[in-house]
Amino acid sequence: MSTEETTPDVVICPGGPLLLRGDHLVQDDEGNEHRTTRPISAVCRCGKSAVKPWCDGTHKVIPAKHRP
Amino acid sequence: MPLPKPRGPLSEELVARLVAAGSISTGSISGGSISGGSISGGSISEDPGSREDAAISLWILYELSYRGYAEVDDALEFDPELIRLRRRLEADLEQRLRERWPGTPAYDRDGTGFAEALFAMIEADDGPSLARYLQKDATADQAIELLKCRSLYHLKESDPVSFTLPRLPVGPRAALAELQYDEYGGGRPERLHAHLFARGLEAAGLDPSEGAYVDQAPLEVLEQNNAMSLFGLNRRLRGASVGHLAAFEATSSLPCRRVAQGLERLGFPEETRAYYEEHVEADAVHEQLAARAICAALIEAEPDTEDDVWFGAWTCLDLEGRIARHLFDRWGVA
Repeated sequence: MSTEETTPDVVICPGGPLLLRGDHLVQDDEGNEHRTTRPISAVCRCGKSAVKPWCDGTHKVIPAKHRP
Repeated sequence: MPLPKPRGPLSEELVARLVAAGSISTGSISGGSISGGSISGGSISEDPGSREDAAISLWILYELSYRGYAEVDDALEFDPELIRLRRRLEADLEQRLRERWPGTPAYDRDGTGFAEALFAMIEADDGPSLARYLQKDATADQAIELLKCRSLYHLKESDPVSFTLPRLPVGPRAALAELQYDEYGGGRPERLHAHLFARGLEAAGLDPSEGAYVDQAPLEVLEQNNAMSLFGLNRRLRGASVGHLAAFEATSSLPCRRVAQGLERLGFPEETRAYYEEHVEADAVHEQLAARAICAALIEAEPDTEDDVWFGAWTCLDLEGRIARHLFDRWGVA
């Protein structure tokens, strides 16, 4: 990890969620808005989470080829 | 907390000597030397009568570095004789854990290779799942027994790896602090995970005080807790400490959902479920941070720590598997 540059606020995890650092308002696929509640949040990218828009680890139980 | 009950000749002698040293809470400095804070009667000579005797003795010693005991002098944390005993017991535990470990796996070290390899190792782990059993089949008594076993760690949740924080290079240190900030409630005590668990115990009619169920904890639970303290309290094992953390977090989200569902099925109160529900979301974040921003970044900055990162991660899965097998044996579950 480089410490010379600014740390990214958004990090895409291969096969997993998108990490979002800081306070944000996230709009889900139905148009509802959700405020982040943690210093860093994981946003679902596989579409299968039961707590969308947040990640709940469900990407790990879907076949690898269907993971984001 | 009260001192645990001895489980053999070594813990018998240890508890007796701790109590005999008195409960002066701080040593006084006179003439440049600190008085108090030492055990009398020479070296502790007993050998452990069993692995359980060794494990409870080590657990008792480690507690001196966490919250301590009302009847024991706080200054004994660094008593040379107790440190000598701790190192003897730690060496035995570490040797046993290392003998079990199959070694660092081969993997593609480019880019995000470490995280993918870590998640693959966890996915390939076919150890028995307490969470799955709790979700569908466990009785209320079995769930209570599990909560009691878990209380040893969950009431100290995240504490062992906090000792690792100042021992990490800058990138992983910032990432671990970010993770721990969430574990400790982001500044709000009511969201601190250990406190959430205590509230869950209380709501379930159990004793939320630390150490309440230590005497009932089986060897496997004591060893799981001792391993985390071993990794956290020894700077040289910082790799194992964060490796353990990564595996722990990466085996938490989905199992916590199952446990929450099982507790709901069995009619446990909302507060007890809330602890597990919180972890579904929290640990989906933490597993990514731990694997990528902490472990992979530590290995990049200090390549010599890599084997220990894997050792810690594998040991986490192994010790959890041992607890599950022990409880399934007790419960007659195939």
